Amino acid sequence: MIGLPHYLTLAALLFSIAVAGIFLNRKNVILLLMCIELMLLAVNFNFIAFSRYLNDVGGQVFVFFILTVAAAEAAIGLAILVVLFRSRRTINVEDLDTMKG
Amino acid sequence: MLVNILFYGFAAVLVGAALGVVTSRNPVYSAIFLILAFFNSAVLWLLMEAEFLAIVLVLVYVGAVMVLFLFVVMMLDINVEQLREGFTRYAPLGVLIALIIVVEITQVIWLKKLGLSMVAAPVPHPAEYSNTKELGSVLYTDYVYAFELAAVILLVAIVAAIVLTMRKRPGLKYQDINKQVQVRREDRVRLVKMEAEKKE
Repeated sequence: MIGLPHYLTLAALLFSIAVAGIFLNRKNVILLLMCIELMLLAVNFNFIAFSRYLNDVGGQVFVFFILTVAAAEAAIGLAILVVLFRSRRTINVEDLDTMKG
Repeated sequence: MLVNILFYGFAAVLVGAALGVVTSRNPVYSAIFLILAFFNSAVLWLLMEAEFLAIVLVLVYVGAVMVLFLFVVMMLDINVEQLREGFTRYAPLGVLIALIIVVEITQVIWLKKLGLSMVAAPVPHPAEYSNTKELGSVLYTDYVYAFELAAVILLVAIVAAIVLTMRKRPGLKYQDINKQVQVRREDRVRLVKMEAEKKE
């Protein structure tokens, strides 16, 4: 029988894959954003599983807000990325060191 | 039994898609793997009877956010090889840290004392139960301020994205309708008086 721990374990797997992705693709800003989306998905999994098994609809409301904020974050992040590429012709994290003292 | 098969099948595809996002060579493939991951999560959310959020995940994420990602990935001219250097160098560290996180979290989840595995299986809702209705009845009463704040956040995101990407190019020729309408006859027409020329 599928219980709460199964869903939580799946979410943990997703989250750790996303963390590994941030380590692996640490030069590509687009992939970093995608890994953050994966992490938020794992968090949403936890919220929905607890909402289901504790029979409280509040968890689903939180997922709703997380989706809203994640959509806003993706839109602004990609806009910054486009402006960055327009001025520097690169999205390599290594080249973005003009703020370094 | 059917639930077990569905859960393990879709969970396996979900984890595989997540691995694909992380390891693909081309960012376009990563974006498409992420779309696959979102679809599988939507099915798993349906299994948890969160129907509204499953549909929202497909509509908002696959329909809007991932299309945005694909647009940006395809629009930018990225040197993939240069971005992937150091991939194998950081792989052992990343995999190690991911394994540590998985082991830690699963230890906590499956700990007998915590009793998470003893949580009673929820009773399936009857056929006439509406997840959307229940979510809405909470969203517009208890969480109404948070809901309005979410609307403001979306507005700010729209304005910010437009302002960031708008650019003024110098030397661009464009119509100014206001000036066109306001123009008067005296501004444009000049009557010239001159003598008729003689024929030679």
